[in-house]
Amino acid sequence: MTLTETGSPAAVPAGTPPLLEVDNLHVEFRTREGVAKAVNGVSYAINAGETLAVLGESGSGKSVTAQAIMGILDTPPGFVTKGSIRYQGDDLLQMPEGVRRTYRGEHLAMIFQDALSSLNPVFSVGYQIAEMFRVHRGMSRSDGMKKALELMELVNIPAARERVKDYPHQFSGGMRQRIMIAMAIALDPEVLIADEPTTALDVTVQAQIMALLKELQRERDMGLILITHDLGVVADVADKIAVMYAGRIVERAPVYDIYARPAHPYTEGLLASIPRVDMKGQELFAIKGIPPSLMRIPPGCPFNPRCGYARDICREQDPPNYPVGDAHDSACHFWEEVVDGTRR
Amino acid sequence: MAPAGEAVLEVRDLVKHFPLTQGIVLQRQIGAVKAVDGVSLDLHKGETLGVVGESGCGKSTLAKLLMVLERPTAGQVKFNGEDIYSLKGKAFKAMRRNIQIVFQDPYSSLNPRMTVGDIVGEPFDIHPEVAPRRDRRRKVQELLEVVGLSPEHINRYPHQFSGGQRQRIGIARGLALRPDVIICDEPVSALDVSVQAQVINLFENLQSEFNLSYIFIAHDLSIVRHISDRVAVMYLGKIVEIGDESQIYGAPSHPYTQALLSAVPIPDPTQRDRKTQIVLQGDVPSPANPPSGCRFRTRCWKAQDICATEEPLLTIRPGISHPSACHFAEQAQIVETHDAEEFGLNQPVPTPDDDDLVEPGTLP
Ligand SMILES: Nc1ncnc2c1ncn2[C@@H]1O[C@H](COP(=O)(O)OP(=O)(O)OP(=O)(O)O)[C@@H](O)[C@H]1O
Ligand SMILES: Nc1ncnc2c1ncn2[C@@H]1O[C@H](COP(=O)(O)OP(=O)(O)O)[C@@H](O)[C@H]1O
Ligand code: SF4
Ligand code: SF4
Ligand SMILES: [Mg+2]
Ligand SMILES: [Mg+2]
Repeated sequence: MTLTETGSPAAVPAGTPPLLEVDNLHVEFRTREGVAKAVNGVSYAINAGETLAVLGESGSGKSVTAQAIMGILDTPPGFVTKGSIRYQGDDLLQMPEGVRRTYRGEHLAMIFQDALSSLNPVFSVGYQIAEMFRVHRGMSRSDGMKKALELMELVNIPAARERVKDYPHQFSGGMRQRIMIAMAIALDPEVLIADEPTTALDVTVQAQIMALLKELQRERDMGLILITHDLGVVADVADKIAVMYAGRIVERAPVYDIYARPAHPYTEGLLASIPRVDMKGQELFAIKGIPPSLMRIPPGCPFNPRCGYARDICREQDPPNYPVGDAHDSACHFWEEVVDGTRR
Repeated sequence: MAPAGEAVLEVRDLVKHFPLTQGIVLQRQIGAVKAVDGVSLDLHKGETLGVVGESGCGKSTLAKLLMVLERPTAGQVKFNGEDIYSLKGKAFKAMRRNIQIVFQDPYSSLNPRMTVGDIVGEPFDIHPEVAPRRDRRRKVQELLEVVGLSPEHINRYPHQFSGGQRQRIGIARGLALRPDVIICDEPVSALDVSVQAQVINLFENLQSEFNLSYIFIAHDLSIVRHISDRVAVMYLGKIVEIGDESQIYGAPSHPYTQALLSAVPIPDPTQRDRKTQIVLQGDVPSPANPPSGCRFRTRCWKAQDICATEEPLLTIRPGISHPSACHFAEQAQIVETHDAEEFGLNQPVPTPDDDDLVEPGTLP
């Protein structure tokens, strides 16, 4: 265990590259209707034992970024047009596919929102987990099945021994998500990407799954990238957060900072729109308008048509990342006004 | 708004069992899915009754029963004093007009080949007495305005609108016949976070404007808290606890309600270690074969022998301010309240002028 007493990740010696670092990533989808710029300069990094929450609404590019990291982007129509994705310093995007494949499952693993469609319906779940050990570790089928049973017990499938030969549709949504988690951690990856792992689940099951993920992460000292649109889940588990909007990271910060001192108008608006007890009977704050089409992202700051702080410069100049505080930056020309709460 | 006023809807012992059959030619009934199994509640004029519970607990079936889209296996629903399942002819049509529904999915609940004008005006075809033909276009434009859409968009098609705008179209259609009751089945769950608040505000404004009564079904407990006067908690086809919003959230007494509330993550990292979380074991049992006695007993940490043999009735119990269906009901405070200041959000957030906003039809 490299965790400190407070549960925060151990300091990484200076000069060591981050475990995983996405830098200035651009992805576009070339479709008949036009080019959709799904990811436009995303940068984030994660270290062992850390949880990074990637927050953003539907279509903001969270999953596409994750697919690019995993090398499972739907190409065509999707293409990485710029940027790098470095695992322990080595750029995955420069590797031939044959080499890159060896990273999937071994070093980087991913679980998806919809467990049913990501499990194969015609094989038993035990068989599917066992296959991973056969293919990657050269184990026999029967040893693989033993491993599968161990993993199913690890993720708390009740009566795992009796259920190891059951098919995916015979499990509930929560159980299927546990099986997905078992498959994802089977080969002991260093980085686990969880893409909306609980969005399709009920809150009581969500709590079980999040508790399981946190425990596994702690035990195995994994870097966890948690993709979500739920500000509650983020507050519960994340160490740091990256907020996405229209394919960009608009704010990055340690988790306590972002709730206490949002420095981007979009983040501020999202936080303000959460119904709170003391808001009962009052209008909720609502961000006006809707996110832009990725085929027609407005010039300048992509948030400008919905932003109450916007000025002429916002329609002309794309804001850079302004440093706001320790490990906290904001892509807003007027971040100081957001922090101060005064529109000048 | 206080739940004063008379009851518009009185639901008594409502039951809906869906037969489970086997065999293709000679269908044999081998059991039943007890989707709704003895639900009683009142909806008062001008109030919002929230209904919460996990997936499959019977919320949508209840909504369909109230809309008479399904007929019950047993039980009664009175609308303004009349049993809705025995109404015929004109009286049935009048009742239909007065209870409307807004569905969860703004993507599939609108016919893609109809214009917005046709969709919102469709109820007038079924109830021509409400608006004579020559008034329709104007009425539809008014409705679009009421829900915050531009009346000029009357000839557009659903795919030219965003999810939130499509939900507004659904709401406009629901309002067309000036109903007394609107049943909202997960009306914001399919919407983006940044758009949910817009639609919630719309629901609230329309309620005060038209004195509507809402049944508001949702799984987001904080949204239900914000919008509801009273809340009913469902588990496996039954209501396990019902009361004022402040009673259910401030002093929940049923273990299931307590677990549900404690499972909701609080959007405030400073609460992370302060709150006690009840993590329930296992999944909801099948509604085709619910546990004997108390249906929650297979997941309840307080269960005793009596829980397996005797069904706890939904009733006011000693020391509890509101009806609870637990033999061992005890009030507890689960949700920590946090106010805006602690939250770091005590500043007003500026918004742009309306006319700067993105036009519909520019979506991904
Ligand atoms: N295979 C594809 N072909 C064309 N466009 C795609 C494809 N996959 C994704 N996109 C587009 O890329 C954009 C970003 O998608 P992505 O799935 O990353 O969003 P997201 O933020 O994860 O959304 P959600 O929460 O809905 O999953 C969307 O506009 C989406 O329509
Ligand atoms: N037409 C039907 N035939 C058989 N079972 C049904 C039917 N409609 C609903 N059910 C079952 O009834 C239960 C309650 O469903 P529903 O009311 O849709 O739940 P929810 O609370 O998710 O809306 C579920 O177990 C569901 O599968
Ligand atoms: S750069 Fe301008 S438009 Fe963009 S978020 Fe900041 S103030 Fe708003
Ligand atoms: S009646 Fe028994 S099993 Fe049911 S909720 Fe109460 S204590 Fe639990
Ligand atoms: Mg996604
Ligand atoms: Mg439903």
